Amino acid sequence: MDSTGIHAALRGHFDTAVGELAPGPFEASIEVDASAIEAVCTFLRDEKGLEFDNLSNLSGADYPELERIQAVYSLFSYKQRHSITLRVNADRTAPVIPTVEAVWPAANWLEREIFDLLGVEFSGHCDLRRILLPEDWVGYPLRKDYEEQPDYHGISTVRENLLTMKRD
Amino acid sequence: MSVELEIHDSQGLPTEEMTLNMGPQHPSTHGVLRFIVKADGEVMRRAIPDIGYLHRSIEKIAEKVGWHGFMPYTDRVDYVAAMACNQGWAMAAEQLAGIEVPRRGEYCRVIAAELSRICSHLLGVGAMGMDMGAITPFTHALRERDMIMDLLEELCGARLTFNYMRIGGVAWDLPHDFVEKVSHYLDHLEPVIEEFNQLLGYNRIYVKRFADVATVDADMAIAWGLVGPNLRGSGVDFDVRRDLPYSVYEDFDFDVPLGSGEMGSIGDCWDRYIVRMREMVESIRILRQALAGIPEGPVIAKVARNFKPPVGDVHVKIEAPRGEQSWYVSSDGSEYPHRVHIRTGSFTAMGIIDRLSRGLMIADLVAVIASMDIVAPEVDR
Repeated sequence: MDSTGIHAALRGHFDTAVGELAPGPFEASIEVDASAIEAVCTFLRDEKGLEFDNLSNLSGADYPELERIQAVYSLFSYKQRHSITLRVNADRTAPVIPTVEAVWPAANWLEREIFDLLGVEFSGHCDLRRILLPEDWVGYPLRKDYEEQPDYHGISTVRENLLTMKRD
Repeated sequence: MSVELEIHDSQGLPTEEMTLNMGPQHPSTHGVLRFIVKADGEVMRRAIPDIGYLHRSIEKIAEKVGWHGFMPYTDRVDYVAAMACNQGWAMAAEQLAGIEVPRRGEYCRVIAAELSRICSHLLGVGAMGMDMGAITPFTHALRERDMIMDLLEELCGARLTFNYMRIGGVAWDLPHDFVEKVSHYLDHLEPVIEEFNQLLGYNRIYVKRFADVATVDADMAIAWGLVGPNLRGSGVDFDVRRDLPYSVYEDFDFDVPLGSGEMGSIGDCWDRYIVRMREMVESIRILRQALAGIPEGPVIAKVARNFKPPVGDVHVKIEAPRGEQSWYVSSDGSEYPHRVHIRTGSFTAMGIIDRLSRGLMIADLVAVIASMDIVAPEVDR
Protein backbone atom coordinates (compact mmCIF):
# COMPACT_ATOMS: atom_id res chain seq x y z
CA MET A 1 0.00 0.00 0.00
CA ASP A 2 1.28 3.49 -0.74
CA SER A 3 1.48 6.23 1.85
CA THR A 4 -1.78 7.86 0.70
CA GLY A 5 -3.67 4.62 1.38
CA ILE A 6 -2.02 4.16 4.76
CA HIS A 7 -2.87 7.73 5.70
CA ALA A 8 -6.50 7.33 4.61
CA ALA A 9 -6.83 4.18 6.74
CA LEU A 10 -5.40 6.02 9.76
CA ARG A 11 -7.59 9.08 9.21
CA GLY A 12 -10.68 6.90 8.96
CA HIS A 13 -9.93 5.34 12.32
CA PHE A 14 -8.35 8.12 14.36
CA ASP A 15 -9.71 11.32 12.83
CA THR A 16 -7.77 14.41 13.98
CA ALA A 17 -5.26 12.65 16.23
CA VAL A 18 -3.47 11.90 12.97
CA GLY A 19 -2.15 14.91 11.06
CA GLU A 20 -1.97 15.57 7.35
CA LEU A 21 0.21 13.49 5.10
CA ALA A 22 3.37 15.52 4.61
CA PRO A 23 4.90 14.56 1.26
CA GLY A 24 8.41 15.65 2.26
CA PRO A 25 11.29 15.85 -0.17
CA PHE A 26 12.20 12.17 0.30
CA GLU A 27 9.49 10.11 1.92
CA ALA A 28 5.98 10.85 3.09
CA SER A 29 5.46 11.19 6.81
CA ILE A 30 2.48 11.52 9.12
CA GLU A 31 2.39 13.59 12.26
CA VAL A 32 0.69 11.83 15.16
CA ASP A 33 -0.45 13.23 18.52
CA ALA A 34 1.72 11.96 21.35
CA SER A 35 -1.33 10.72 23.27
CA ALA A 36 -2.45 8.56 20.33
CA ILE A 37 0.88 7.03 19.34
CA GLU A 38 0.41 3.68 21.05
CA ALA A 39 -3.11 3.18 19.64
CA VAL A 40 -1.94 4.23 16.17
CA CYS A 41 0.97 1.80 16.28
CA THR A 42 -1.21 -1.06 17.52
CA PHE A 43 -3.66 -0.32 14.71
CA LEU A 44 -0.89 -0.20 12.11
CA ARG A 45 0.46 -3.52 13.33
CA ASP A 46 -2.83 -5.42 13.56
CA GLU A 47 -4.98 -4.04 10.74
CA LYS A 48 -5.25 -6.38 7.80
CA GLY A 49 -3.52 -4.96 4.75
CA LEU A 50 -1.23 -2.70 6.82
CA GLU A 51 0.56 -5.25 9.04
CA PHE A 52 3.54 -3.14 10.12
CA ASP A 53 5.35 -5.89 11.99
CA ASN A 54 8.68 -4.09 12.38
CA LEU A 55 9.89 -0.88 13.99
CA SER A 56 12.87 -0.36 11.79
CA ASN A 57 14.24 2.79 13.41
CA LEU A 58 13.32 5.25 16.11
CA SER A 59 15.24 8.51 16.07
CA GLY A 60 14.84 11.81 17.77
CA ALA A 61 15.91 15.34 17.02
CA ASP A 62 15.95 18.56 19.00
CA TYR A 63 14.42 21.75 17.55
CA PRO A 64 15.00 24.50 20.15
CA GLU A 65 13.62 27.29 17.95
CA LEU A 66 10.33 25.38 17.59
CA GLU A 67 10.31 24.53 21.32
CA ARG A 68 10.02 20.84 20.63
CA ILE A 69 11.73 17.50 20.43
CA GLN A 70 10.60 15.27 17.62
CA ALA A 71 10.61 11.48 17.67
CA VAL A 72 10.67 9.86 14.23
CA TYR A 73 9.32 6.32 13.91
CA SER A 74 10.30 4.45 10.79
CA LEU A 75 8.01 1.47 10.29
CA PHE A 76 8.33 -1.39 7.85
CA SER A 77 6.14 -4.34 7.00
CA TYR A 78 7.89 -7.54 6.00
CA LYS A 79 4.55 -9.06 4.98
CA GLN A 80 3.37 -6.19 2.77
CA ARG A 81 6.79 -4.71 1.92
CA HIS A 82 5.75 -1.11 2.50
CA SER A 83 6.98 1.55 4.90
CA ILE A 84 5.80 4.74 6.56
CA THR A 85 7.33 7.40 8.79
CA LEU A 86 5.50 8.74 11.86
CA ARG A 87 6.49 11.94 13.64
CA VAL A 88 5.59 12.75 17.22
CA ASN A 89 6.30 16.18 18.67
CA ALA A 90 6.88 16.63 22.37
CA ASP A 91 7.15 19.81 24.40
CA ARG A 92 10.82 20.63 24.87
CA THR A 93 10.61 21.64 28.53
CA ALA A 94 9.15 18.29 29.64
CA PRO A 95 9.02 15.85 26.74
CA VAL A 96 6.79 12.85 27.42
CA ILE A 97 5.72 10.28 24.83
CA PRO A 98 3.90 7.01 25.64
CA THR A 99 5.98 3.93 24.97
CA VAL A 100 5.31 1.57 22.07
CA GLU A 101 7.29 -1.22 23.70
CA ALA A 102 4.15 -3.37 23.97
CA VAL A 103 3.66 -3.12 20.20
CA TRP A 104 7.20 -3.95 19.11
CA PRO A 105 9.69 -5.17 21.72
CA ALA A 106 12.49 -3.63 19.62
CA ALA A 107 11.28 -0.25 20.91
CA ASN A 108 12.60 -1.06 24.38
CA TRP A 109 16.23 -0.26 23.61
CA LEU A 110 15.55 2.35 20.94
CA GLU A 111 13.44 4.36 23.41
CA ARG A 112 16.07 4.00 26.10
CA GLU A 113 18.63 5.43 23.69
CA ILE A 114 16.51 8.51 23.00
CA PHE A 115 15.84 8.94 26.71
CA ASP A 116 19.57 8.75 27.33
CA LEU A 117 20.69 11.20 24.66
CA LEU A 118 17.71 13.55 24.29
CA GLY A 119 15.88 13.22 27.58
CA VAL A 120 12.49 12.18 26.25
CA GLU A 121 10.53 10.30 28.90
CA PHE A 122 8.68 7.34 27.46
CA SER A 123 5.80 6.88 29.88
CA GLY A 124 4.93 3.29 30.70
CA HIS A 125 8.36 1.97 29.69
CA CYS A 126 9.32 -1.01 31.86
CA ASP A 127 13.01 -0.19 32.24
CA LEU A 128 13.73 3.44 31.37
CA ARG A 129 17.39 3.80 32.34
CA ARG A 130 20.35 5.38 30.60
CA ILE A 131 21.79 2.90 28.12
CA LEU A 132 24.96 4.32 26.55
CA LEU A 133 26.06 6.86 29.15
CA PRO A 134 26.78 6.18 32.83
CA GLU A 135 23.79 6.25 35.17
CA ASP A 136 25.04 9.38 36.95
CA TRP A 137 25.75 11.43 33.83
CA VAL A 138 24.30 14.95 33.93
CA GLY A 139 22.35 16.32 30.98
CA TYR A 140 21.25 15.06 27.59
CA PRO A 141 24.15 15.43 25.10
CA LEU A 142 22.20 15.52 21.85
CA ARG A 143 20.15 18.52 22.91
CA LYS A 144 21.35 21.62 21.10
CA ASP A 145 21.86 23.59 24.33
CA TYR A 146 23.78 20.82 26.10
CA GLU A 147 26.71 21.95 28.17
CA GLU A 148 29.24 19.36 29.25
CA GLN A 149 30.09 19.21 32.95
CA PRO A 150 33.63 20.47 33.65
CA ASP A 151 34.53 17.13 35.21
CA TYR A 152 33.17 13.67 35.79
CA HIS A 153 34.15 11.99 39.10
CA GLY A 154 37.15 14.31 39.36
CA ILE A 155 38.32 13.57 35.81
CA SER A 156 38.55 16.78 33.84
CA THR A 157 36.65 16.83 30.55
CA VAL A 158 38.66 19.78 29.25
CA ARG A 159 42.16 19.57 27.88
CA GLU A 160 44.40 22.47 27.15
CA ASN A 161 45.51 22.79 23.56
CA LEU A 162 49.16 21.78 23.53
CA LEU A 163 49.86 23.91 20.46
CA THR A 164 48.75 27.15 22.06
CA MET A 165 50.03 26.46 25.58
CA LYS A 166 52.78 28.75 26.83
CA ARG A 167 56.03 27.18 28.00
CA ASP A 168 57.38 28.14 31.39
CA MET B 1 9.45 -18.96 29.80
CA SER B 2 8.21 -18.20 33.32
CA VAL B 3 10.85 -17.63 35.94
CA GLU B 4 10.17 -19.14 39.35
CA LEU B 5 10.83 -16.94 42.31
CA GLU B 6 12.41 -19.48 44.64
CA ILE B 7 14.88 -22.13 43.69
CA HIS B 8 14.91 -25.58 45.27
CA ASP B 9 17.66 -28.10 44.87
CA SER B 10 17.01 -31.83 44.30
CA GLN B 11 16.29 -32.39 47.99
CA GLY B 12 13.76 -29.56 48.05
CA LEU B 13 16.00 -27.24 50.05
CA PRO B 14 15.81 -23.56 49.08
CA THR B 15 19.04 -22.17 47.58
CA GLU B 16 20.04 -18.77 46.31
CA GLU B 17 20.18 -17.27 42.86
CA MET B 18 23.74 -16.56 41.81
CA THR B 19 24.76 -13.28 40.22
CA LEU B 20 27.80 -13.48 37.96
CA ASN B 21 29.66 -10.73 36.22
CA MET B 22 30.92 -11.36 32.69
CA GLY B 23 33.12 -8.69 31.19
CA PRO B 24 33.78 -5.93 30.34
CA GLN B 25 37.20 -7.45 29.67
CA HIS B 26 36.47 -10.96 28.51
CA PRO B 27 38.19 -12.59 25.55
CA SER B 28 35.01 -13.81 23.88
CA THR B 29 32.69 -10.86 24.19
CA HIS B 30 33.85 -9.29 20.91
CA GLY B 31 34.95 -5.97 22.25
CA VAL B 32 34.24 -4.31 25.53
CA LEU B 33 30.81 -5.27 26.77
CA ARG B 34 29.48 -6.63 29.99
CA PHE B 35 26.77 -9.02 31.06
CA ILE B 36 25.25 -9.43 34.48
CA VAL B 37 24.18 -13.05 34.61
CA LYS B 38 21.55 -14.28 37.06
CA ALA B 39 22.08 -17.99 37.25
CA ASP B 40 20.45 -20.98 38.87
CA GLY B 41 23.43 -23.33 38.90
CA GLU B 42 24.49 -23.73 35.29
CA VAL B 43 21.24 -22.37 33.89
CA MET B 44 20.80 -18.67 33.24
CA ARG B 45 17.65 -16.96 34.35
CA ARG B 46 18.68 -13.72 32.74
CA ALA B 47 21.74 -12.22 31.12
CA ILE B 48 21.41 -8.44 31.30
CA PRO B 49 23.65 -6.62 28.83
CA ASP B 50 25.41 -3.50 30.09
CA ILE B 51 26.59 -1.55 27.09
CA GLY B 52 28.18 1.83 26.53
CA TYR B 53 31.81 1.07 27.35
CA LEU B 54 32.76 1.99 23.78
CA HIS B 55 30.47 4.98 23.40
CA ARG B 56 32.45 7.66 21.56
CA SER B 57 29.52 10.02 20.90
CA ILE B 58 29.99 9.66 17.15
CA GLU B 59 26.52 11.09 16.49
CA LYS B 60 27.36 14.23 18.47
CA ILE B 61 30.70 14.57 16.67
CA ALA B 62 28.79 14.57 13.36
CA GLU B 63 27.03 17.77 14.44
CA LYS B 64 30.40 19.45 14.98
CA VAL B 65 32.64 18.38 12.10
CA GLY B 66 30.50 18.96 9.03
CA TRP B 67 29.40 16.79 6.14
CA HIS B 68 32.72 15.93 4.51
CA GLY B 69 34.60 15.82 7.80
CA PHE B 70 32.40 13.09 9.26
CA MET B 71 33.45 10.44 6.72
CA PRO B 72 36.52 9.17 8.66
CA TYR B 73 34.41 8.91 11.82
CA THR B 74 31.96 6.55 10.10
CA ASP B 75 34.86 4.09 9.78
CA ARG B 76 34.88 3.82 13.56
CA VAL B 77 31.18 2.98 13.85
CA ASP B 78 31.87 -0.59 12.80
CA TYR B 79 35.58 -0.94 12.24
CA VAL B 80 35.25 -4.55 11.12
CA ALA B 81 33.25 -3.46 8.07
CA ALA B 82 34.05 0.22 7.66
CA MET B 83 33.12 0.36 3.98
CA ALA B 84 29.45 -0.22 4.72
CA CYS B 85 29.34 2.70 7.15
CA ASN B 86 31.15 4.91 4.61
CA GLN B 87 28.51 4.01 2.08
CA GLY B 88 25.59 4.66 4.42
CA TRP B 89 26.82 8.15 5.26
CA ALA B 90 27.68 9.02 1.66
CA MET B 91 24.28 7.83 0.45
CA ALA B 92 22.41 9.80 3.11
CA ALA B 93 24.21 13.03 2.20
CA GLU B 94 23.77 12.39 -1.53
CA GLN B 95 20.05 11.79 -1.17
CA LEU B 96 19.64 15.01 0.81
CA ALA B 97 21.46 17.06 -1.80
CA GLY B 98 20.22 15.13 -4.84
CA ILE B 99 23.69 14.17 -6.05
CA GLU B 100 24.03 11.47 -8.67
CA VAL B 101 27.07 9.24 -8.32
CA PRO B 102 28.80 8.28 -11.61
CA ARG B 103 28.27 4.63 -12.52
CA ARG B 104 31.92 3.71 -12.27
CA GLY B 105 31.90 5.22 -8.79
CA GLU B 106 28.94 3.03 -7.81
CA TYR B 107 30.72 -0.05 -9.15
CA CYS B 108 33.82 0.84 -7.15
CA ARG B 109 31.63 1.15 -4.07
CA VAL B 110 30.00 -2.23 -4.63
CA ILE B 111 33.37 -3.91 -5.18
CA ALA B 112 34.78 -2.32 -2.02
CA ALA B 113 31.65 -3.05 0.03
CA GLU B 114 31.44 -6.71 -1.02
CA LEU B 115 35.14 -7.29 -0.34
CA SER B 116 34.55 -5.71 3.04
CA ARG B 117 31.55 -7.99 3.62
CA ILE B 118 33.61 -11.12 2.96
CA CYS B 119 36.32 -9.70 5.21
CA SER B 120 33.83 -9.10 8.02
CA HIS B 121 32.08 -12.48 7.67
CA LEU B 122 35.46 -14.26 7.73
CA LEU B 123 36.26 -12.65 11.05
CA GLY B 124 32.74 -13.37 12.27
CA VAL B 125 32.72 -17.10 11.50
CA GLY B 126 36.33 -17.45 12.61
CA ALA B 127 35.42 -15.93 15.96
CA MET B 128 32.41 -18.25 16.21
CA GLY B 129 34.79 -21.17 16.00
CA MET B 130 37.21 -19.64 18.47
CA ASP B 131 34.46 -18.95 20.98
CA MET B 132 33.47 -22.60 20.78
CA GLY B 133 37.05 -23.63 21.48
CA ALA B 134 38.26 -24.22 17.93
CA ILE B 135 41.32 -22.01 17.57
CA THR B 136 42.68 -23.38 14.27
CA PRO B 137 39.80 -22.30 11.99
CA PHE B 138 40.20 -18.78 13.33
CA THR B 139 43.75 -18.62 12.05
CA HIS B 140 42.56 -19.94 8.67
CA ALA B 141 39.89 -17.25 8.51
CA LEU B 142 42.37 -14.54 9.46
CA ARG B 143 44.78 -15.76 6.78
CA GLU B 144 42.10 -15.27 4.11
CA ARG B 145 41.00 -11.98 5.63
CA ASP B 146 44.53 -10.68 5.51
CA MET B 147 44.64 -11.15 1.75
CA ILE B 148 41.50 -9.04 1.36
CA MET B 149 43.03 -6.40 3.57
CA ASP B 150 46.07 -6.36 1.28
CA LEU B 151 43.73 -5.75 -1.65
CA LEU B 152 41.86 -3.01 0.18
CA GLU B 153 45.16 -1.45 1.18
CA GLU B 154 46.07 -1.21 -2.49
CA LEU B 155 42.69 0.36 -3.12
CA CYS B 156 42.70 3.05 -0.46
CA GLY B 157 45.88 2.87 1.59
CA ALA B 158 44.31 1.61 4.81
CA ARG B 159 43.69 -1.86 6.15
CA LEU B 160 40.90 -1.26 8.64
CA THR B 161 39.53 2.28 8.68
CA PHE B 162 39.35 2.94 4.98
CA ASN B 163 37.88 6.43 4.52
CA TYR B 164 37.56 5.39 0.85
CA MET B 165 34.19 6.82 -0.08
CA ARG B 166 33.32 10.47 -0.49
CA ILE B 167 30.04 12.29 -0.82
CA GLY B 168 29.47 11.97 -4.57
CA GLY B 169 31.55 8.87 -5.25
CA VAL B 170 34.83 7.33 -4.15
CA ALA B 171 38.20 8.91 -3.43
CA TRP B 172 40.30 6.98 -5.94
CA ASP B 173 39.77 4.84 -8.99
CA LEU B 174 40.77 1.17 -8.90
CA PRO B 175 44.56 0.79 -8.99
CA HIS B 176 46.47 -0.83 -11.84
CA ASP B 177 45.77 -4.58 -12.20
CA PHE B 178 43.22 -4.48 -9.36
CA VAL B 179 40.51 -6.29 -11.34
CA GLU B 180 42.90 -9.17 -12.16
CA LYS B 181 44.13 -9.40 -8.61
CA VAL B 182 40.63 -9.57 -7.15
CA SER B 183 39.52 -12.17 -9.73
CA HIS B 184 42.57 -14.24 -8.91
CA TYR B 185 41.81 -13.99 -5.21
CA LEU B 186 38.16 -14.97 -5.68
CA ASP B 187 39.23 -18.11 -7.56
CA HIS B 188 41.39 -18.94 -4.58
CA LEU B 189 38.72 -18.14 -1.97
CA GLU B 190 35.85 -20.20 -3.34
CA PRO B 191 37.30 -23.64 -2.51
CA VAL B 192 38.59 -22.30 0.81
CA ILE B 193 35.03 -21.53 1.93
CA GLU B 194 34.04 -25.12 1.24
CA GLU B 195 37.14 -26.32 3.09
CA PHE B 196 36.26 -24.07 6.01
CA ASN B 197 32.81 -25.62 6.20
CA GLN B 198 34.34 -29.09 6.23
CA LEU B 199 36.80 -28.08 8.92
CA LEU B 200 34.40 -26.17 11.16
CA GLY B 201 30.80 -25.92 9.99
CA TYR B 202 30.02 -29.63 9.71
CA ASN B 203 32.34 -30.61 12.53
CA ARG B 204 30.40 -32.80 14.96
CA ILE B 205 31.40 -30.93 18.10
CA TYR B 206 30.68 -27.58 16.54
CA VAL B 207 27.25 -28.70 15.34
CA LYS B 208 26.44 -30.04 18.81
CA ARG B 209 27.35 -26.69 20.36
CA PHE B 210 25.40 -24.61 17.84
CA ALA B 211 22.38 -26.63 16.68
CA ASP B 212 19.09 -26.06 18.52
CA VAL B 213 20.67 -23.39 20.73
CA ALA B 214 18.93 -20.02 21.16
CA THR B 215 16.33 -20.53 18.46
CA VAL B 216 14.68 -17.35 17.20
CA ASP B 217 11.56 -17.89 15.10
CA ALA B 218 10.64 -15.57 12.24
CA ASP B 219 7.96 -13.55 14.07
CA MET B 220 10.19 -12.99 17.06
CA ALA B 221 13.11 -11.94 14.86
CA ILE B 222 10.95 -9.35 13.09
CA ALA B 223 9.32 -7.99 16.25
CA TRP B 224 12.67 -7.59 18.00
CA GLY B 225 14.11 -5.91 14.95
CA LEU B 226 16.83 -8.42 14.08
CA VAL B 227 18.37 -7.64 10.71
CA GLY B 228 20.63 -9.09 8.07
CA PRO B 229 22.09 -12.58 8.50
CA ASN B 230 20.44 -12.94 11.92
CA LEU B 231 17.04 -12.30 10.37
CA ARG B 232 17.68 -14.55 7.39
CA GLY B 233 18.94 -17.26 9.73
CA SER B 234 15.38 -17.29 11.09
CA GLY B 235 14.08 -17.93 7.59
CA VAL B 236 12.83 -14.42 6.72
CA ASP B 237 13.46 -13.87 3.03
CA PHE B 238 14.64 -10.25 3.04
CA ASP B 239 17.79 -8.56 1.85
CA VAL B 240 17.99 -4.79 1.39
CA ARG B 241 20.26 -5.25 -1.62
CA ARG B 242 17.57 -7.22 -3.43
CA ASP B 243 14.29 -5.92 -1.99
CA LEU B 244 14.99 -2.19 -1.61
CA PRO B 245 17.86 -1.97 -4.10
CA TYR B 246 20.36 0.86 -3.78
CA SER B 247 23.57 1.71 -5.62
CA VAL B 248 23.84 -0.65 -8.64
CA TYR B 249 22.74 -3.89 -6.95
CA GLU B 250 19.88 -4.20 -9.44
CA ASP B 251 22.46 -5.05 -12.12
CA PHE B 252 23.58 -8.22 -10.37
CA ASP B 253 22.14 -11.66 -10.14
CA PHE B 254 22.49 -13.25 -6.70
CA ASP B 255 20.57 -15.43 -4.27
CA VAL B 256 19.65 -14.70 -0.67
CA PRO B 257 20.59 -17.67 1.53
CA LEU B 258 18.16 -18.53 4.31
CA GLY B 259 18.36 -20.66 7.43
CA SER B 260 16.43 -23.89 6.99
CA GLY B 261 17.08 -25.81 10.18
CA GLU B 262 19.47 -28.27 8.52
CA MET B 263 21.13 -29.31 11.77
CA GLY B 264 18.37 -28.50 14.23
CA SER B 265 15.53 -26.03 14.11
CA ILE B 266 15.12 -22.93 11.96
CA GLY B 267 16.74 -19.89 13.52
CA ASP B 268 19.26 -21.62 15.78
CA CYS B 269 22.89 -20.58 16.12
CA TRP B 270 24.04 -22.96 13.40
CA ASP B 271 21.64 -21.43 10.88
CA ARG B 272 23.07 -18.01 11.61
CA TYR B 273 26.52 -19.45 10.97
CA ILE B 274 25.72 -21.14 7.67
CA VAL B 275 23.86 -18.11 6.31
CA ARG B 276 27.07 -16.11 6.66
CA MET B 277 29.13 -18.79 4.91
CA ARG B 278 26.70 -18.91 1.98
CA GLU B 279 26.52 -15.13 1.84
CA MET B 280 30.23 -15.06 1.17
CA VAL B 281 29.68 -17.27 -1.88
CA GLU B 282 26.98 -14.86 -3.10
CA SER B 283 29.33 -11.93 -2.53
CA ILE B 284 31.87 -13.69 -4.73
CA ARG B 285 29.17 -13.94 -7.43
CA ILE B 286 28.37 -10.22 -7.13
CA LEU B 287 32.05 -9.33 -7.22
CA ARG B 288 32.67 -11.36 -10.38
CA GLN B 289 29.77 -9.63 -12.13
CA ALA B 290 30.88 -6.21 -10.93
CA LEU B 291 34.47 -6.77 -12.05
CA ALA B 292 33.30 -7.96 -15.47
CA GLY B 293 30.80 -5.16 -15.98
CA ILE B 294 32.57 -2.12 -14.56
CA PRO B 295 32.06 0.81 -16.95
CA GLU B 296 34.59 3.49 -17.84
CA GLY B 297 34.20 7.06 -16.68
CA PRO B 298 34.69 9.28 -13.64
CA VAL B 299 34.41 7.88 -10.11
CA ILE B 300 33.23 10.99 -8.30
CA ALA B 301 30.68 13.68 -9.01
CA LYS B 302 31.44 17.37 -8.55
CA VAL B 303 30.50 18.29 -4.99
CA ALA B 304 31.04 21.71 -3.46
CA ARG B 305 33.68 21.80 -0.76
CA ASN B 306 31.30 23.99 1.21
CA PHE B 307 28.59 21.34 1.05
CA LYS B 308 25.17 22.54 2.29
CA PRO B 309 22.26 20.22 1.53
CA PRO B 310 18.73 21.68 1.63
CA VAL B 311 16.53 21.43 4.72
CA GLY B 312 14.98 18.02 5.23
CA ASP B 313 15.59 14.62 6.70
CA VAL B 314 16.14 11.22 5.17
CA HIS B 315 16.18 7.56 6.14
CA VAL B 316 18.71 5.48 4.27
CA LYS B 317 18.88 1.71 4.59
CA ILE B 318 21.86 -0.29 3.47
CA GLU B 319 22.78 -3.93 3.86
CA ALA B 320 25.89 -3.90 6.03
CA PRO B 321 27.58 -7.21 6.96
CA ARG B 322 25.84 -7.12 10.33
CA GLY B 323 22.51 -6.42 8.72
CA GLU B 324 20.42 -3.49 7.70
CA GLN B 325 21.98 -0.25 8.84
CA SER B 326 19.45 2.53 9.06
CA TRP B 327 20.72 6.10 8.84
CA TYR B 328 18.48 8.95 9.92
CA VAL B 329 20.10 12.18 8.81
CA SER B 330 18.49 15.56 9.18
CA SER B 331 19.78 18.79 7.66
CA ASP B 332 18.92 22.36 8.61
CA GLY B 333 20.55 23.77 5.50
CA SER B 334 23.83 24.64 7.19
CA GLU B 335 27.31 23.22 6.72
CA TYR B 336 26.82 20.95 9.73
CA PRO B 337 24.30 18.10 9.96
CA HIS B 338 21.43 18.80 12.34
CA ARG B 339 21.11 15.23 13.55
CA VAL B 340 22.63 11.88 12.61
CA HIS B 341 21.30 8.64 14.02
CA ILE B 342 22.62 5.22 13.08
CA ARG B 343 20.54 2.19 13.97
CA THR B 344 23.02 -0.64 13.60
CA GLY B 345 22.48 -4.38 13.34
CA SER B 346 24.42 -5.20 16.50
CA PHE B 347 22.32 -2.80 18.60
CA THR B 348 19.07 -4.70 18.08
CA ALA B 349 20.89 -8.03 18.28
CA MET B 350 22.14 -7.04 21.74
CA GLY B 351 18.62 -6.00 22.67
CA ILE B 352 17.24 -9.50 22.18
CA ILE B 353 19.91 -11.27 24.26
CA ASP B 354 18.21 -10.60 27.60
CA ARG B 355 15.06 -12.31 26.28
CA LEU B 356 16.96 -15.09 24.52
CA SER B 357 19.24 -16.05 27.39
CA ARG B 358 16.45 -17.15 29.75
CA GLY B 359 16.79 -20.85 30.36
CA LEU B 360 20.05 -21.27 28.45
CA MET B 361 23.25 -22.73 29.90
CA ILE B 362 25.88 -20.17 30.89
CA ALA B 363 28.32 -21.61 28.34
CA ASP B 364 25.77 -21.01 25.59
CA LEU B 365 25.76 -17.25 26.18
CA VAL B 366 29.08 -17.09 24.34
CA ALA B 367 27.54 -19.10 21.49
CA VAL B 368 24.66 -16.61 21.24
CA ILE B 369 26.94 -13.55 21.17
CA ALA B 370 29.21 -15.21 18.61
CA SER B 371 26.40 -16.42 16.35
CA MET B 372 24.80 -12.94 16.31
CA ASP B 373 28.21 -11.60 15.21
CA ILE B 374 28.01 -8.71 17.63
CA VAL B 375 30.68 -6.05 17.37
CA ALA B 376 30.68 -3.88 20.49
CA PRO B 377 31.71 -0.53 18.94
CA GLU B 378 28.79 -0.83 16.57
CA VAL B 379 26.43 -1.24 19.52
CA ASP B 380 27.77 1.78 21.38
CA ARG B 381 28.87 4.13 18.56
